[in-house]
Amino acid sequence: MTEPILKVENLNVKLEDKEIIKNLSFNVKRGDVLTILGPNGAGKTILLKALLGVLPYKGKIEWQKKVKIGYVPQRLPFIKETPMSVKDFFKLKGASKEEIEKTLNSVGFENSFLNKNIGELSSGQFQRILIVWALIGNPDVLFFDEPTTGIDIGGEKTIYALLAELKEKRNLTLLLVTHDLSVVFKFSNFVICLNKCSVCQGVPKEVLSSETLHKLYGEEVKFYEHNNKQ
Amino acid sequence: MEQFLLSLIAGIFIGGVAGYLGTLMLSKKMSLVAGPLGHLTLPGIALALIYGFDIFLGAFPFVVLGIILIWLFEIKTKLPMEALTAVVFSLGVAITFLFLPIEQAEIALVGDITKVSLGEVIITVILCSSVFFIIKKIYPKMVLINISEDLAKTEKINVKKYNFFYLGAIAIIVALGVKMVGGLLTAALVAIPVCAARNLSKKLFQYVFLATSFGAISALLGILLFKLTDFPAGPLIIIISASIFLISMIFKRRT
Repeated sequence: MTEPILKVENLNVKLEDKEIIKNLSFNVKRGDVLTILGPNGAGKTILLKALLGVLPYKGKIEWQKKVKIGYVPQRLPFIKETPMSVKDFFKLKGASKEEIEKTLNSVGFENSFLNKNIGELSSGQFQRILIVWALIGNPDVLFFDEPTTGIDIGGEKTIYALLAELKEKRNLTLLLVTHDLSVVFKFSNFVICLNKCSVCQGVPKEVLSSETLHKLYGEEVKFYEHNNKQ
Repeated sequence: MEQFLLSLIAGIFIGGVAGYLGTLMLSKKMSLVAGPLGHLTLPGIALALIYGFDIFLGAFPFVVLGIILIWLFEIKTKLPMEALTAVVFSLGVAITFLFLPIEQAEIALVGDITKVSLGEVIITVILCSSVFFIIKKIYPKMVLINISEDLAKTEKINVKKYNFFYLGAIAIIVALGVKMVGGLLTAALVAIPVCAARNLSKKLFQYVFLATSFGAISALLGILLFKLTDFPAGPLIIIISASIFLISMIFKRRT
């Protein structure tokens, strides 16, 4: 048995005296695609941030030694306040020109893209730029907060096709936050359903019954089931 | 003539570095904070004027006190920073007018760079150069922190440490700025050249270069204009700066 890349035991996260995550425990193995599923306000992003180490928590979060994490945030509303080219943005990370170009090419961008203004990018292009940002430095684990589904990121590819490809090529472990059920079934091999405490966790096909979904989403469940059948 | 040169040197240094620092302050509405901090220096300026010491020395402790108070209030109350700065700065203005003789109020309110001594200029140049190099050093990390603290933290950036240097730079520039444009107009030094630069820039280097240049040029032309017209230099500097901004808007539309 290989050692898990991430061990979480009795995790508790409080935000302004409100309990957001209660007694959560799970393990992630190298190469897993873990999805954190749940309704709005369930604490998905909070969990992601606690795992990243940017929020205070109680309990145990233990990463394997020397694990490098890349983080793709949900959105960066403040980025347009500073005039910047794509190249300027990557320079903030302190990466070499070669590495920036190599990583940029690996998600299908030409080098000339570096001269584009960040403010001019479409949301799909911007999301891909954020993926490049996270990939620079060769992380073992990629955190992805709510990849926007359905946006065309260039050609016919969806963001998930790109992620699946990157995962294979780079032997990545992925942690995704989403409320898109189809993604969970197609793409991930482990799911945590979150609504304050863990409602369920395990292999998606086994644990995501209509009963657990009802528990997770309440009235919203019909919409999601319908969505799933499509 | 020599006095004129001294004030030009001090003005160009303060204006340039304030513009440079301002590029970090424009995002997240920090430019506005410089205003209240400037107002808050008024009691310090008053003390300096009454007891006859350097205005910078009077202003600096009050800016630091202001930053600490705003920071403490924010942690304790979670109220928006703008509201808290309003609380803090009006207190500064109120205290000043309790004891500052009204005939000295003009210098406190709109500054006077035209009477700086050689010693003051040397201190100003040293401080401005130090602040310039500090900002240069922390610049990429600060931009990242401004974009997203979470993203910065995942890059293992010690956000608190960088914020400390950043706030320190703001304190020094505000305290120097009040000397040039007074306690009422300091926000203009870090805001207007930067807004003009943003109108015209697409790349980070352009933005920084233009903001710094506009800051320095405004000070230069403002002090020249003082020499010609005898209006107070502080307001003239701000008016030049605002004119550059207006011109930048015309060019923004065309591009």
